[in-house]
Amino acid sequence: MTSPAQPPGAHLPEHPDFLWDNPEPKASYDVVVVGGGGHGLATAYYLAKVHGITNVAVLEKGWLAGGNMARNTTIIRSNYLWDESSGIYEHSLKLWEGLEEDLGYPILFDQRGVLNLAHSLQDVRDSVRRVNANRLNGIDAEWVDPAGVKEICPIVNISPDVRYPVLGATYQPRAGIAKHDYVAWGYARAAHAMGVDLIQNCEVTGLETSGGRITAVQTSRGRIAAGKVALCAAGHSSVLAKMAGIRLPLASHPLQALVSELLEPVHPTVVMSNAVHVYVSQAHKGELVMGAGIDSYNGYGQRGSFHIIEQQMSAALELFPVFARAHLLRTWAGIVDVSPDASPIVGLTPVGGLYLNCGWGTGGFKATPGVGDCFAHTIAHDKPHPFNEPFTLERFTTGALVDEHGAAAVAH
Amino acid sequence: MQLIPCPWCGPREEAEFHYGGQAHVAYPEDPSALTDEEWAQYVFFRENPSGPFAERWSHSAGCRRWFNAVRDTRTHDLLAVYRAGEPMPEVTS
Amino acid sequence: MTFRKPTGGEIDRHTLLRFTFNGVEYTGHPGDTLASALLANGVHEIGSSVKLGRPRGIVAAGSEDPTSLVQIEAPFPEPMLLATTVELYDGLVARGLAGQGRLAPEPDPARYDAKHEHCDVLVVGAGPAGLVAALTAARSGARVVLLDEQNQAGGALLGVDEYLDDRPSAEWVGDIVAELRTTPGVLVLERTTAFGMYQDGFVLALQKRTDHLGFAAPAGVARQRVWRIRTKQTVLATGAHERPVVFADNDRPGIMLASSARTFLHRYGVLPGSRAVVFTTNDSAYCAAIDLAESGVDIALIADARPDAPARLATECAARGIEVRAGQVVTGTEGPGRVTAVSIGDTRIECDTLLVSGGWNPVVSLFSQARGKLRYDTELGAFVPGEELDTVRAAGSATGELDLNACARQGREAGSAAAAAAGFTPGGQVPLPVSDSRCTSRSGLVVWRVPGADDASFVDLQRDSTVADVLRATGAGLRSLEHIKRYTTIGTAHDQGKTSGMIAAGIVAEALGVELAEQRPTTFRPPYTSVSFAALAGRDRGELHDPVRVTAIHPWHVANGALFEDVGQWKRPWYYPKPGEDLHTAVLRECRATRESVGMMDGSTLGKIDVQGRDAGRFLDMLYTNMMSTLKVGRIRYGVMCGVDGMVIDDGTVIRVGEERYLVTTTTGNAAKILDWMEEWLQTEWPHLDVHCASVTEHWATIPLVGPRSRDVLAAVAPDLDVSNEAFEFMTWHDTHVAGVPARVCRISFSGELAYEINVTAWYGLAVWEALMAAGEKYGITPYGTETMHVLRAEKGYPIIGQETDATVTPQDLGMSWAVSKKKPDFIGKRSFARVENNRTDRKQLVGLLPVDPTVLLPEGSQIVETDRLPEPPVRMLGHVTSSYPSAALGRTFALALVRSGHERIGETLYVPYEDSLVPVTVTDSVLYDKEGARRDG
Repeated sequence: MTSPAQPPGAHLPEHPDFLWDNPEPKASYDVVVVGGGGHGLATAYYLAKVHGITNVAVLEKGWLAGGNMARNTTIIRSNYLWDESSGIYEHSLKLWEGLEEDLGYPILFDQRGVLNLAHSLQDVRDSVRRVNANRLNGIDAEWVDPAGVKEICPIVNISPDVRYPVLGATYQPRAGIAKHDYVAWGYARAAHAMGVDLIQNCEVTGLETSGGRITAVQTSRGRIAAGKVALCAAGHSSVLAKMAGIRLPLASHPLQALVSELLEPVHPTVVMSNAVHVYVSQAHKGELVMGAGIDSYNGYGQRGSFHIIEQQMSAALELFPVFARAHLLRTWAGIVDVSPDASPIVGLTPVGGLYLNCGWGTGGFKATPGVGDCFAHTIAHDKPHPFNEPFTLERFTTGALVDEHGAAAVAH
Repeated sequence: MQLIPCPWCGPREEAEFHYGGQAHVAYPEDPSALTDEEWAQYVFFRENPSGPFAERWSHSAGCRRWFNAVRDTRTHDLLAVYRAGEPMPEVTS
Repeated sequence: MTFRKPTGGEIDRHTLLRFTFNGVEYTGHPGDTLASALLANGVHEIGSSVKLGRPRGIVAAGSEDPTSLVQIEAPFPEPMLLATTVELYDGLVARGLAGQGRLAPEPDPARYDAKHEHCDVLVVGAGPAGLVAALTAARSGARVVLLDEQNQAGGALLGVDEYLDDRPSAEWVGDIVAELRTTPGVLVLERTTAFGMYQDGFVLALQKRTDHLGFAAPAGVARQRVWRIRTKQTVLATGAHERPVVFADNDRPGIMLASSARTFLHRYGVLPGSRAVVFTTNDSAYCAAIDLAESGVDIALIADARPDAPARLATECAARGIEVRAGQVVTGTEGPGRVTAVSIGDTRIECDTLLVSGGWNPVVSLFSQARGKLRYDTELGAFVPGEELDTVRAAGSATGELDLNACARQGREAGSAAAAAAGFTPGGQVPLPVSDSRCTSRSGLVVWRVPGADDASFVDLQRDSTVADVLRATGAGLRSLEHIKRYTTIGTAHDQGKTSGMIAAGIVAEALGVELAEQRPTTFRPPYTSVSFAALAGRDRGELHDPVRVTAIHPWHVANGALFEDVGQWKRPWYYPKPGEDLHTAVLRECRATRESVGMMDGSTLGKIDVQGRDAGRFLDMLYTNMMSTLKVGRIRYGVMCGVDGMVIDDGTVIRVGEERYLVTTTTGNAAKILDWMEEWLQTEWPHLDVHCASVTEHWATIPLVGPRSRDVLAAVAPDLDVSNEAFEFMTWHDTHVAGVPARVCRISFSGELAYEINVTAWYGLAVWEALMAAGEKYGITPYGTETMHVLRAEKGYPIIGQETDATVTPQDLGMSWAVSKKKPDFIGKRSFARVENNRTDRKQLVGLLPVDPTVLLPEGSQIVETDRLPEPPVRMLGHVTSSYPSAALGRTFALALVRSGHERIGETLYVPYEDSLVPVTVTDSVLYDKEGARRDG
């Protein structure tokens, strides 16, 4: 990473000299994307790039990518259990692998691998099951024993004498992290360059429909007519969908994360443990980035309860005693929209021309390129892309859930 | 860590409580009479407003009673608590 | 050369402390910080910057310092502390950082803890405003907590030599602290930083209890403590930080905030250098200049950015031979490392120190965390509390007030109002002090930056972010301060922008041509200052991380060499290896002994819920898929529970104890969840039902006694019990005595063998276990663990909830339609069985798998495919292996699996990818052993 002669932060790339303009909204667009986070920006980018649809506005109520995109812990992986999930996440991972070149923007995508730890015999069974499913789905995955865990990440405490010993882990070498802002800005800049209007400080306050079709959005900056409207508002999806009379099976919860000061490299990979609620990586500059558990209650406040952070610290030190004297520098919270089966809802709605992309819970960041591509396809063709076809709203009626938390897969 | 005023015990720390989601969602009188769509609404769909929200809490590490609360999900402030079976009070947020 | 004055300051010159910094040994004194000791030794260069590798010094004297980052190496490595907040101790070894700290690989020997505190009035900050606030509240009788991050009270007074009421300010401070300490119900905590403010008066503070003792820290005392304070009212007397001004090459060591230099002088008796230039936009730096001049520092010049210098102070300066130039600004500095010269326009002045003051930023972090709105004060050039909150008040310079007497007055008002709001009536009024300070409180000129080389004008010294970076960001199209912060990384370093944040906002507003008053300040996020992970984890480490639950018989298991499995919080015996045995050989032995003679296990962890009431049967009919109300007293029924979505959530036996009483068992891991589930339905849906539930898991020790000789063993220890098949039928229970102890014996079997489940009060568990062992000795009674239990039940096709199921499995999928009532009009989950997805014929169903090669053991979690060759991915998977074991009874390996259309596939050959091959397996019924149930009755 860093040569000793060079200061530790010297190798990080600079942002380009130009990113985007700040236009006034036009009176109408072919497609209005509501939500200027990673998903919204990626959707606009693929609409323009793949489908040639450039008369597009991305409406953001605050600053671009200032919601969950700015707040997540940037873990990227595709080692999900069910075929449906691994399909879209692996599609996404493949796009991640070419994204830097595609966007012409350094996104610090670093395939340092992810370990998902197992702490009980049932964890082990579930992990092996997931590894086997991943492999048959063409996804790199292996089961590693505790010694193997130690070899990949030497600071993990694999002693059998701890409260919940590490019995092994699944390892996905192609998984990793990226720099969230750089990703969002890369998409934004490229979308803007293709003619997409990025409109900030523009809050959607209403959705207009006529004859069962979407016609316009009302915003804090006036009415904007739209041929199609695509919702990419993560935690706020329920509120938006309700404007069009659509009820969603979502609950919006606070999700907290935290960061330490800059530290010399100690943690070469990404480690996640569902059983003890830890996920941690060390970012490029050297800070430890950790996610906490979801706060139990519904909340749009972008703040959580501190006891969740304290539990997180206690769990982290069980796994990584070396972190004892690292310092918590900053905590924050995002709003995750959690669906009953911990899988997203992506596709058409009962309202013509209105498309839905929500319910990603804690998993949205890693899906950014994949869902951007598939959602753009869905919008352009008024038909789901095969990768998001299973993720309908109707599945809650038929029972065809894609139950990722029930399946002991790891969240985040 | 919020204080939640349990209507039986008084204010206690949030960590003593268990969250139960939307309040006043009654188990259907006759589930077999419902369409799949209606049944799905009961099983999976809950209100998720940004603002006052009537919801269920259980004082699981205390009296173990379920009760209802109106909480503003924007601020997380509790606006009212009331015992199960009592009507939802009027609140101003 | 020493820069320590012969007298003055709160240090003990009679005691020498040795320390090592960057490999060089120095000395200092008790009362020093690492920073003051280094400055006393003439050391200004601490570390280097993260991106450019430029030298970094000491800018401020306190926790707002942006640059003096050090790594502690001894007594124990700790990354990234500020030299200005490390109290000096003998033997300290530290080094300056180049951006990244180092974590020690060896375990941290220190302890940490947490303490809860409840009070009426919390006062944060023990400066003049905080002291008066605390005393005012205390005199009203309120319970008061006063916190301060310093090792002594006084706040800003520690950095000046003012007299209050004609005596040294320390005496005034001392009197107040003394009264507070002797007032009942008052807690004064030094070295304690309030770092987070949450709802409902919840404030978190970190107390550094032994850090300042270094090697002498007592091992038994928690090094740091997190105070979890719940207060009715809070007074934030958090003070203000001096703000620098940005100019070209403003990052050299030797460039320091003027008030901080004054603090080093008065508190530590340390001079910042020999010859200093002062650059200011306001009055306060004059006092620093005059004090330093009087201590022998050559003040080369005061450059005052304002068009007119303050007349009285200018006269005082003139009297001391200090030149003051109004309307002048610093435009650049020189130096190989530390500053050696300063440019003011065309004038170049040699110096070793440059003191800067750009005004004051009130510390509003906690107020903002408490969701108080901030307001931009144009005169101050800073954000101040912009509203009164019901429970949080700011006082003193935290509000932007700079006059001492006025700060104290605010403290008194806030303390009084807080106490009143908490329900206390005023006590004796605290008199306000009168200061002899020569500095007026006039606000200065708001100057963010001096135009100059943008790429050498540092806004965030720790992140190496310059004005050029800010302008690049705005030039790139960024308008939001949040974007610009992220583009430039300003404000994201260790100091979280304490000195740089306001300036960055100012420079951005200038660049964009917008008014700061219309801008939203960036969010202040906890913690205010950094907090070690270990402090937050406190005592919840190791054994205390999560409780360990053990049964009454646990000591026997330990003494007899059991290995344990974690099931929820429980430690359950997994198997009991004899010397030389591994898991498989031990389990084969345990299984064989049990099926051929008799075995027993500790089943005490099984969840047990006592369900009583007139409507208990009705209630259980709603919870279980099968009928429980028809169960006769004395009998037992197996039942399955589903969620409303129709997926299996738990199973177990239900025994009817009386007309209005049932005892329900649950799986070990779900006991608490099922009790919650019952109570939720009872309280929220069916309050009209007369049912009461209580967990009795720990009341009972439960011992399944299993195998053809179990009847003989039981008969030997239960002389009152007729154990014959006729008198004691399958799925019935009897109360009797076992080993002389009252016992309830149930005839149930989770293995297909003749079996009894013996339940006794937990107190007798161990004794009864030992009695059974003794009685069974002649039959070779064998204790077995969860693994053998799993094998025995799998041979009979009994699923384990959580192993065969994963929240996507219905009772029908498990082949348990027999346990789903067709008579009951409703039960939880029933309606979901009618959904489209539930009626597909290709659902995954529980079946048995027999590897064609009977020696091949399929790994649990293996996937199952249809063809004997793998196509390119994605490969269609039919299901997975949920359980897999070698079987002593079958003389071969076998598995259970969930397989798509499994019930229709019985007899088919499928394939399991295993390492590099595909293992052919035959699909069978899930019951592989004793299909006809002949063994059940012994």
